[in-house]
Amino acid sequence: MKFTTVLVALFSVTLLVGCSHKKKTLSGDENTAQTLTDGSGVDSSTYNADGSLVTEYNPNNNQYGGESQLGDDDNNPLMQRPEFSDPNSPLSKRVIYFEYDSSQVKNEFVPILEAHANYLMANPNQRITLEGNTDERGTREYNIALGEQRAKTVFKMLQLIGVRAGQMDVVSYGEEKPVELGHSEESFSLNRRVEIVYR
Amino acid sequence: MIKLAKKIALIFLGFNLMAYSHLLRAELTIEITGGVQSAHTIAAVPFASPQGERLNADIAQIIGNDLARTGYFKVLDEAQMLTRPSRPDQVKFRNWEALGQDYLVIGDVTKDNNLYHVQMSLFDIYKKTQLKGLRVTVEAGALRMAAHHLSDAIYEILTGNPGVFASRIAYVTSELISKKKTKYNLYVADYDGANAISIAQSKSPIMSPAWSPNGGEIAYVSFENKVSEIFVQTLATGQRRSIAKYKGINGAPAWSPDGTQMALTLSKDGNSDIYILTLANKSLRKLTQSLAIDTEASWSPDGKKILFTSDRGRRPQLYVQASNGQGGAERITFDGDYNARGSFSADGKSVVMVQGAQGSYRIAVQDLASRSTTVLTNGPLDESPSFAPNGKVIIYARRKGNNDILATVTLDGVSKQDIQHTGGMVREPAWAPRK
Repeated sequence: MKFTTVLVALFSVTLLVGCSHKKKTLSGDENTAQTLTDGSGVDSSTYNADGSLVTEYNPNNNQYGGESQLGDDDNNPLMQRPEFSDPNSPLSKRVIYFEYDSSQVKNEFVPILEAHANYLMANPNQRITLEGNTDERGTREYNIALGEQRAKTVFKMLQLIGVRAGQMDVVSYGEEKPVELGHSEESFSLNRRVEIVYR
Repeated sequence: MIKLAKKIALIFLGFNLMAYSHLLRAELTIEITGGVQSAHTIAAVPFASPQGERLNADIAQIIGNDLARTGYFKVLDEAQMLTRPSRPDQVKFRNWEALGQDYLVIGDVTKDNNLYHVQMSLFDIYKKTQLKGLRVTVEAGALRMAAHHLSDAIYEILTGNPGVFASRIAYVTSELISKKKTKYNLYVADYDGANAISIAQSKSPIMSPAWSPNGGEIAYVSFENKVSEIFVQTLATGQRRSIAKYKGINGAPAWSPDGTQMALTLSKDGNSDIYILTLANKSLRKLTQSLAIDTEASWSPDGKKILFTSDRGRRPQLYVQASNGQGGAERITFDGDYNARGSFSADGKSVVMVQGAQGSYRIAVQDLASRSTTVLTNGPLDESPSFAPNGKVIIYARRKGNNDILATVTLDGVSKQDIQHTGGMVREPAWAPRK
């Protein structure tokens, strides 16, 4: 059943990607969506960036030791640049929200993913982590798996648009890292999310 | 009356506690509250202490609290006691009959160099007879545990079931220390929350503590290295080792009953499946092969079966599969639209789980022979059930107001007790096995 869901999601994105390529030129590569058939899983390399673009801005602020807070890219100076901080820029939106017990990306978030995909394709040394999260309902380890499923759905969509698998890592925190501590449906809906964290 | 074996065991326990003292000491106070459902009345008279010495543990009060928490005893308030006997020849049954007491516990503590002898007598007021006399000998640091052992003996005589008062629990806490920073702790404590010691601390989530069958080690999941990783920590020494750090999920550790293997959830091959890790040689065997989420494995007491959560039928339900990989998985839950995190009772006859229905999550128990399921709690967000070693009580986590707390419920659903706690949210209780 889950497999079908992913397929449907991928199919709808393929259609949208086809459209978006016409209006948004990106390094003039029309074949991006078609060329990505390999890279079946998540990148298994370490987190040491391979000469990442981020170091260009301020290498000292891009340290992620064991003490750092997870899923928090506020300290990344890249995020202060207009394309990431201007609320009118799609790159300023880095959270994808989900329905209850679902890992299907809703259509409204597809343009956001496309914007991030375009940026990542133009900056092939840039790396991101896709952090999957759930609301507090249900059991904790099941939610870890559900959060990963959400993050992997986003991973596959970005990959399909043209992002290298090696640029993306996936981690799931399940219900362990809520952004909203309330217990209403409103809080739940804000916690069911995948965060796109730039490294 | 004096059981030599028990005496030795308790002295050893004293050393054990000393071995923990190098670890971080918790500033936790956990207090169990809750109404008493009252069946038997019992009085526990303050124990006479050596030369009036003030002991670091009030034996009678600990025994009284232990029994009251079960929900099957109503304990007499000390202020109502007319006399305070400490020796059998001082007991006047009529006094206690007048106070409506069914049973009476008295005793004294004597000191012999650095050792304390705790002597207890249990009386049946109606029959006017002594039911039990017991003496345990401990160091000062283990007086509290000595009281729990006496509670176990009393409970077993009066109910026919072994007590769980001398057992221990593990649990995880999370505490918000600033807007974006949370502190996570893994605690080990007496069953009543006393002597809580943090055995692991992190700024990133800690999850899924699981006791080894001999109670000497705890496996848990930590995100301290930014990804999930399973550690095994030896309690006596504090030493720990990483046993699983594969790509993707490393979760839901569950020890095999003989302690040689561990069931894990890994997603290294694409999606969440159950794997069996042989601890001695690190060899890994994939148990489930579905394209759905498979997680939260639990072993049957004979080690032959694995119970797990899977959403292969679209919604999460519980399935059973042979641990050797032979044959398919059999779905065992059909009530409610969400059944997850199941685990077997020690006798293997029942399974406790989280059952979700109409948006509410409750603790439920299924009798495997009849396949009948009983819902034990009221929700709305109950989770992480764990059987006590005697199989009569279940500890779980629940939402109370805006707090996550621990609670217990008896297998018949009659007695429910909250475990109050200050300092953050409490979750994922795991009851240690009987040694």
